[in-house]
Amino acid sequence: MTGKNMIKRLLALLLLASIGAMFASLLLAYVPDTDLNFTARYYAEHTAADIGAANIVTAIIVTYRGLDTLGEVTVLFLASGIVGLVLSFGRKQNTTLRNLVPVGELLTTASQYLAPIIMLLGVYVFVNGHLTPGGGFQGGAIIASGMLLLLLSDPLKRFSHTLIATVESFSGVGYIALGLVGLVLAGGFLDSRILPNGVLGELISAGAIPLIYSLIGLKVGAEFSSMLTSLSETEDL
Amino acid sequence: MVYIAMATGFLLILIGFYGALTNRNLLRMIVAFSIADTGINLVIISVGYLPGRTAPILDTTVTAAAAAARIIDPVPQALVLTAIVIGVGVTALMLAYTLKLYEKKRTLDIAKFTELKW
Amino acid sequence: MSGLMTAMTAVLCIAMLVAALVAIRVLGDKSLPIAILAAGLVSLLASVLFLILASPDVAMTEAAIGSGLSTFLFFFVLARIRSWEKGEREYDGEKHD
Repeated sequence: MTGKNMIKRLLALLLLASIGAMFASLLLAYVPDTDLNFTARYYAEHTAADIGAANIVTAIIVTYRGLDTLGEVTVLFLASGIVGLVLSFGRKQNTTLRNLVPVGELLTTASQYLAPIIMLLGVYVFVNGHLTPGGGFQGGAIIASGMLLLLLSDPLKRFSHTLIATVESFSGVGYIALGLVGLVLAGGFLDSRILPNGVLGELISAGAIPLIYSLIGLKVGAEFSSMLTSLSETEDL
Repeated sequence: MVYIAMATGFLLILIGFYGALTNRNLLRMIVAFSIADTGINLVIISVGYLPGRTAPILDTTVTAAAAAARIIDPVPQALVLTAIVIGVGVTALMLAYTLKLYEKKRTLDIAKFTELKW
Repeated sequence: MSGLMTAMTAVLCIAMLVAALVAIRVLGDKSLPIAILAAGLVSLLASVLFLILASPDVAMTEAAIGSGLSTFLFFFVLARIRSWEKGEREYDGEKHD
């Protein structure tokens, strides 16, 4: 058994050594660019005039490569759906109450006050996605962290799956609908220029980006929350 | 600095692969995969970094006109943002299947899962 | 300034590598919670490194998602497996793998 293990480990090391040699040749041949490449230069020069977003990464994610983001949100939706499906499969109805270790006073009291503030921070992050670092994905994750805190303070708490599913469906439909409006009123699917660009650096600017990113934020938050709740409810198995 | 970050990224990928190949506990393999994931993101981000430049966010010091000369490449950042979110989705999927497998077999050892179907 | 940044990057990178080695059970403690925490630490240090590499968006994402949520996903699963293990031992009185 140990001999077999040794051979396995040796093979693994051999494989890693070859991959490592490839990486080393990549690393040694790498020279950092001194100037932006063609695509990046286009984004740097045209974002402010065309899209009106101060954060160029947001402009790329929401508008220039909006279709990618739609695919990403879809993948996340599928993942959370499959997590729910896999874990609910064969769940028993009658649950035996586990004797849980009681949650500390500090955690319950603090989470009552902190969870709304954390969710507010999440909303702030995705509403300001076109101005400051952050956006829908980060904001959604922060909202889900607030949910996580509530779950930790009361492990037997059950969030309404209907609410989560409703938020998720409405934000998803709204996102697609805004994309279709862009197809009609502006240059193409998910074009953010259906609203005026406004002044660079103001909250209400950059066309439909704040709207689209808020919808993405709600959707991502709902998806992560549904993943967390389905994982935490598995004691019913 | 870029070279240090990039070398660390490559090393993290290797460490993650080594962990996934040598550990037999399913949860440890998932941990190793998530480390490799972080390493890949680190490599992509360090490819986009240009020495002496700043983040791709326009404000009063980085004006729209001077942006092309002042900011780093924003495209790798957008890609990595996507990759991180997808990565946690994949991790959640793997964990859900691990729970299911544990429920059926009451073990996390991957060598015990020999059948094609559970 | 640049030298300080390079030194800081180097320290961060070494810490990340050590944490990663702990996570895959090459170094240090062998317990699974420590491994999960070490993987979370790798993500957290990576988010600081992203900030140094001038990518605040990615740093936020990694801090919120990579090091926050995914660590907790692991802990949920681990706690569930532990509680099943414990329930079984109480049920039939023998130790399981």
